[in-house]
Amino acid sequence: MTNVTFIAHDGTETTIDIANGDNVMRAALANDIDGIVGECGGSMMCATCHCYVDDAWADRVGPRADGEEDMLESAACEVKPTSRLSCQIRIEPELDGLVVHLPESQT
Amino acid sequence: MNMIEGHVAFEPAAGIPVWDIDPYAEEVLLNAEDYYAELRRHGPLVYIPKYSVLACGRYDETREIFSDHTRFVSSRGVGLNDFKYGKPWRAPSIILEVDPPDHTKTRKVMARALSPKAISGLKDAFREAAERIVDGLVAKGSFEAVAELAEAFPVTVFPKALGMVDSDRRRLVDYGAMVFNALGPDNKFRRAAMAQVPDIVPWITAACARDRLTKDGLGALIYGAADDGEVTEEEAAMLVRSFLSAGVDTTVTGIGNALWCLASNPREYDRLKADPALARPCFEEVLRFTSPVHTFARTANQDTEVAGYGIAEGTKILCALASANLDPAKWGDPDIFRIDRKPVGHMAFGAGIHGCVGQNLARLELEIVLSVLAEKVDRIEFDGEPVWRPNNAIHALDRLPLKFVAK
Repeated sequence: MTNVTFIAHDGTETTIDIANGDNVMRAALANDIDGIVGECGGSMMCATCHCYVDDAWADRVGPRADGEEDMLESAACEVKPTSRLSCQIRIEPELDGLVVHLPESQT
Repeated sequence: MNMIEGHVAFEPAAGIPVWDIDPYAEEVLLNAEDYYAELRRHGPLVYIPKYSVLACGRYDETREIFSDHTRFVSSRGVGLNDFKYGKPWRAPSIILEVDPPDHTKTRKVMARALSPKAISGLKDAFREAAERIVDGLVAKGSFEAVAELAEAFPVTVFPKALGMVDSDRRRLVDYGAMVFNALGPDNKFRRAAMAQVPDIVPWITAACARDRLTKDGLGALIYGAADDGEVTEEEAAMLVRSFLSAGVDTTVTGIGNALWCLASNPREYDRLKADPALARPCFEEVLRFTSPVHTFARTANQDTEVAGYGIAEGTKILCALASANLDPAKWGDPDIFRIDRKPVGHMAFGAGIHGCVGQNLARLELEIVLSVLAEKVDRIEFDGEPVWRPNNAIHALDRLPLKFVAK
């Protein structure tokens, strides 16, 4: 299991344990994290699981997936260099302690 | 090698229950809930000797198999035929029946054209068409909803969104049903579909040619990707045709099934009228409850294991998406239709890299139809028995006599 902390737009912090191999979007939904919608279920067809990877972790989560950039253009909030679709962040033990920030809105 | 339905026959691994059933028999396709319940009761996997396939209908395993494109490939066909051993009836689809890295390239082109942002400009035209059609039906009172609403709406808006100049409602709707019936065994539904090929396919191919499309539609975006060298001209033409095979009959089915759900559950329709913002979650529940695509197959591309059972390379696995969407272990009370359930993770659009690339368009179409109904129609009532239409992969209505009572 790997710890991931979500920081909501209002500053509320929630830390959850995620099974390695799972993705951040699915884990967020399973743990009732507000601020992640995940409408398409992880097929990279919407942009409702948008998150900002904390600067300290941006390099370690790796680059965006092929096609992720196109879909991020549909995000409701500003896209920054640290923007990711959380369905494309696969949890590995090296990401223990990962911090992601959630946008104000997903739709 | 002993072949059945175009794939290699095999003996199931020890411990996998054997169930002598034909999942594609007419009476099973028409009363599938009993088949799904029995399928789930048998276990995570069952062996069906009639077609020498495995089948799964529990949520967890269906999701596992369907979303693991490495072990369970699409390039060997998503129906019963294994493309490794025979030539399919048409050239394999370069988005549906393909694996990465080729899939990644075509998927990207389609996903870009169908992203929420790319299609947001269609909203006004969709709304105008929905209002016109629903106004006409409210004035009429009684009507046959499959033809007059479920087909009428997508056939009005979708070819136009694609940029098509030509239109032929029958062929547009039947094309999808034909492609989906082709995924089943060599039964009467598949044979009837194959008999339609010489009539439908040349028309579709001609109507999707670059010079038959306007410059401002979704189709032009795909041909634009050919101009940019992302796909070849021939690939672009195939991708444009896939809009029609995957995007017309499926949404026709989605609208028909939504009307059936709401006519069957008047209290849920009252909730939609009271809060039209429920239109979008309502459609998700329709998808979960009636899964327009009921079954797709995958092929094991290596010896592997699911739920502790051995699966040999070359094994065809029928994934009963509709059954996964009705699995009590996942949903608690799956037989209740509740428009605010918000069933995130349902399997109606598939899962993973092959998840429906047109799902945003489908959601937009249904959101608009349901919102317009909620504004204009006080009651949706049956005006005769609904009749379902058996198809090897689609769960659709054939006839739906309805009555709209005006607000």
